[in-house]
Amino acid sequence: MKDVFSLNVITGIFNTMMGLAAPFLYAALGETFAQTSGVVNLGVDGIMLLSAYAAFYFTLITGNLWLGVLTAAIVGLLMGLLMSFVSVTLKAEQGVSGIGLYMFGLGMSSLLFKVTIGTVKTVVGFQSVKIPILGDIPFLGPVLFDNSIPVYGAFLLVPVAWWVLEKTTLGLKIKAVGQNPAAADSVGISVNGIRYLSVCLGAILAGLAGASLSISQLNLFQDNLTAGQGFIAVALVYFGGWSPIGVLAGSLLFSVVNSFQLWMQVLGVKISPSVAVMLPYLLTIAALTVTVNRVRQPAALNKPFERGEN
Amino acid sequence: MKGKGVFRLVGLAIAVAALAIACGGSKPAATAAQKPAASAAAVKQIKIAVVMPSATTDAAFSQSMWSALNAVQAEMGGPSAMEIKYSENMYNVPDAAAAIRDYASQGFDIVIAHGSQYGSSVQEIAKDFPKVTFAWGTDVNTFGLPNVYAYTAAAEQGGYVNGVLAAKLTKTRKIGVTGPVEVGDAKTYIDGFVQGVKATDSSISVSKTWTGSFSDVALMAAAAKTQIANGADVLTGSSQSVVGSIGAAKDKGNVLWFGTQSDQASLAPSLVVASQVYDWTAMLKDIIAKHEAGTLGGITYTLTLANGGLKIAYNPGYSLAADVKAAGDAAIKGITDGSIKVQP
Repeated sequence: MKDVFSLNVITGIFNTMMGLAAPFLYAALGETFAQTSGVVNLGVDGIMLLSAYAAFYFTLITGNLWLGVLTAAIVGLLMGLLMSFVSVTLKAEQGVSGIGLYMFGLGMSSLLFKVTIGTVKTVVGFQSVKIPILGDIPFLGPVLFDNSIPVYGAFLLVPVAWWVLEKTTLGLKIKAVGQNPAAADSVGISVNGIRYLSVCLGAILAGLAGASLSISQLNLFQDNLTAGQGFIAVALVYFGGWSPIGVLAGSLLFSVVNSFQLWMQVLGVKISPSVAVMLPYLLTIAALTVTVNRVRQPAALNKPFERGEN
Repeated sequence: MKGKGVFRLVGLAIAVAALAIACGGSKPAATAAQKPAASAAAVKQIKIAVVMPSATTDAAFSQSMWSALNAVQAEMGGPSAMEIKYSENMYNVPDAAAAIRDYASQGFDIVIAHGSQYGSSVQEIAKDFPKVTFAWGTDVNTFGLPNVYAYTAAAEQGGYVNGVLAAKLTKTRKIGVTGPVEVGDAKTYIDGFVQGVKATDSSISVSKTWTGSFSDVALMAAAAKTQIANGADVLTGSSQSVVGSIGAAKDKGNVLWFGTQSDQASLAPSLVVASQVYDWTAMLKDIIAKHEAGTLGGITYTLTLANGGLKIAYNPGYSLAADVKAAGDAAIKGITDGSIKVQP
């Protein structure tokens, strides 16, 4: 057991955690914006998939990683506009349209992959960038200061998202629209406009999540690359109580337990693989039941706005 | 009022004209189509449908069957001799069952249910279509039905050979195995692999991780990175999500990979040493021949090194030392002639 908890192993566990958490952070923070404004977007996984494909494909043919990131963001934006149009303008049932968006992303990415690439290929993705001096601190150095740019971006996004939501007028408007759209409307805030903005912002971030998978963490694209991570990201928004800090906590908890169970398997600790794989989910559920019941759900979540109706 | 009447008349005239052109146009096409069909009737086209749980491009299980079908089709003379229809990504078993039943009712000669999870579906559907041949794998059970073939691969054999090679190539004396779910040919392959390593050098440590999913590439990549961080310099694993492990090996740069199910050399040309390849072509040709001769099922096929269904594909892009290759070839020979027994 002494071997198991050596500094090397603990550093390894937290290091793996950082890489695993990045896609969740992008997608869940993005979804936080959308849900804070009152729109549930269940299509996050589909957006991640189509953006992951786009980022990978454009990196493959141009050799330029940033062009891949840009393409992923554009794909995210387009899907966000689609979701906004269906949910906000057409006022369709958000859960259903989200699932439809997911299926569209899943099917389209599979089709495009088959037609344009055909077999699994790899690219040279974003490499780890070690920050000088800080990267040499024992434990904290390798964990916090030796990651790829997309991973740094994901963690830097947390304070930025918090600041936008808590300290800017825009954040206030988003929250108002999600809590009491009728009141916001009466004060002159464009409810639908803010919702469009939030959903598109969320979708762009989901696009970046996809890119972080295909051209940073995994450096390849395959059918159904995300394997449902987008849905976990949506769940993390609920877990985090619609707050960026909460989302960070949820993403880290889920990822560190996943990383921990992998290390335990590698080190040969006698744990049934089935139990090991269940651990992240079990602990997240346990954490949910133990934490104080936060009634912070946006009051107008999942309710389309019709002036004069609400 | 008069104006409207004229419009209606013109509209009607256009509609009638369009109808006439459409009908007139199709007649010549119809007669033209008759001629090629008549001459093609001389060689009866065999129609094969396949239902797969993942994509044809998965670099693993489904791709192995897909490549084999296309190879057999090319050998037989192309689509005019053998028609292939497929349904991929059928991980949802009820959906797959519907597809299997659909193909059978559409008049396909042979329907391949390529996934051990489709077993109970095949058992049910085969009874309703006694003239259709069903081929199902990987498993050995034909359910006592006269129109069901079963097929499987003795994956532990190639696993053993890969294990022998891996044991000779590891410098850190730590080998990592990244597995999906501990079932089926993933389990037998890995069990064989460990036997091969231990038979060559029992002091080498082999650590296994199971991600619990056949498709979670991100978790597989994380598992591989963990193995590498723990010091493993040779990796292997199974399932389509293994592309994640290969990517992790490529990232590190000097971690070697042993593949199974399909030839994975193209994924990391300088790091993949060898792959166990499932070659279903001989089996497919046998099933087609038997079906044409009137035997619609009742046999279990097993791919082995001895019958050529399993092949070890050495990657020409990796320069393998002669003595290591000799050890690998000796293992192949030993398994083929029976002197080495590998437990599945």
